[in-house]
Amino acid sequence: MHISEGVLSAPVLAGGAAFAVAGIAVGLKKLDNDRIPQAGILAAAFFVASLVHVPIGPSSAHLILNGIVGLLLGWAAFPVIAVALVLQAILFQFGGITSLGVNTIIMAGPAVLGYYLFTPFIARSHTTAMAGAFACGFTAVLVSALIAAAALMLTGEAFLEVSVALVAAHIVVMIIEGIITMFCVAFLKKVQPSMLQIG
Amino acid sequence: MLSETFAFGDSPIHRLDPRLRVVLAGLFSILTAILNRFPAAFFAVFLALVLIGASRLPVRQVLSRLAVVNGLVLFIWLVLPWTFEGTPAVEIGPLVGSWEGIRLCALITLKSNAIILALIALVATMPVATLGYALHHLRLPDKLVYLLLMTYRYIFVIETEYQQLARAARIRCFKPGTNLHTYKTYAYMVGMLFVRASARAQRVHQAMVCRGFSGKFYCLHEFAFKSSDWAWSSAMGISLIVLGGLEWAPIV
Repeated sequence: MHISEGVLSAPVLAGGAAFAVAGIAVGLKKLDNDRIPQAGILAAAFFVASLVHVPIGPSSAHLILNGIVGLLLGWAAFPVIAVALVLQAILFQFGGITSLGVNTIIMAGPAVLGYYLFTPFIARSHTTAMAGAFACGFTAVLVSALIAAAALMLTGEAFLEVSVALVAAHIVVMIIEGIITMFCVAFLKKVQPSMLQIG
Repeated sequence: MLSETFAFGDSPIHRLDPRLRVVLAGLFSILTAILNRFPAAFFAVFLALVLIGASRLPVRQVLSRLAVVNGLVLFIWLVLPWTFEGTPAVEIGPLVGSWEGIRLCALITLKSNAIILALIALVATMPVATLGYALHHLRLPDKLVYLLLMTYRYIFVIETEYQQLARAARIRCFKPGTNLHTYKTYAYMVGMLFVRASARAQRVHQAMVCRGFSGKFYCLHEFAFKSSDWAWSSAMGISLIVLGGLEWAPIV
């Protein structure tokens, strides 16, 4: 989910950039030098995974996966997502320089939120963990869409209908992200539980 | 497949100091993003086209890139004119499009495309590694630059790994559709991608430690600010002042 360049107003862009810088600063502080290769290569994996298109009826959607990013990386999600967005901007021009801050908040804010809300569930029994993972994937995209809508609304009230349409258009994506997150967490719990910081 | 389509080439822009290009792209983007007047927005598009021209990129590829990134702009065109209150301009059945809505959409379209074109001309014309060095010289935090270079180094490797997983699934007659089996398969593929990435990260980190890595990132790349860089920075400086003038000068 990206907000293109040239859409948002100056105060919204500046506010987004300020929050993003703060989030990245916290994330970098929590990321020791020893974990940077881990974070970098996982960032590369998320970058590639977000290019995967899954079919939805006659159409398709690409994966967002910010819920899982949060579960795996916690606060480090901020710098990791910012870096992924920079790479997307350079390699495909999805987003650009001025909207980088807002887009980082849109993607990384829900990731960190998901980390705090849902990590406790992931360590529990199979059913609870699955439900928690589904909720994590679903909520992450929902909150992303809400933040994007809020950014548009703060730019001008004319964007009300655009915002509503944006959130509505993402409802199916939320469900799919929930399902993918659920199976992915179940897989990781079986194959490499240490990655989920639950040992 | 991933590729850096525009990164390698020989043009006045490709030869500019990367630090200067990053700074110019930043200034141009910020200035253009806050424009509100049409003459200024048109001038921004004109400047961006000049930059694209100077960078001698294949026009067809630049256009196809633009088409892809105009998705949200198209979405806004589909909704905004019909919901924006104002003087009616077009009527299609019960829908009334207002001049004010169309004006706002047109402005967004111009600004958005100007910024993307400038980004392609100035920043996409350097390899990401060079961008990392430039950002390092522009005093971005070490850890962030290091993370960027590390991620960039491995996206191509991980992409190959994903292709391998996708091929393995195809060979086993996996046909994507709208069903739970498809989503489960993709989830497992993505999960496997993470597991492999994590294992690879461990090996890479161990190899780096073996070679004396102590947590500090050294950048050996030095940039030189040449006379052509001075010429371009003054020309762009003046253009940006004109752009600001078109926006903020009182209307005569």
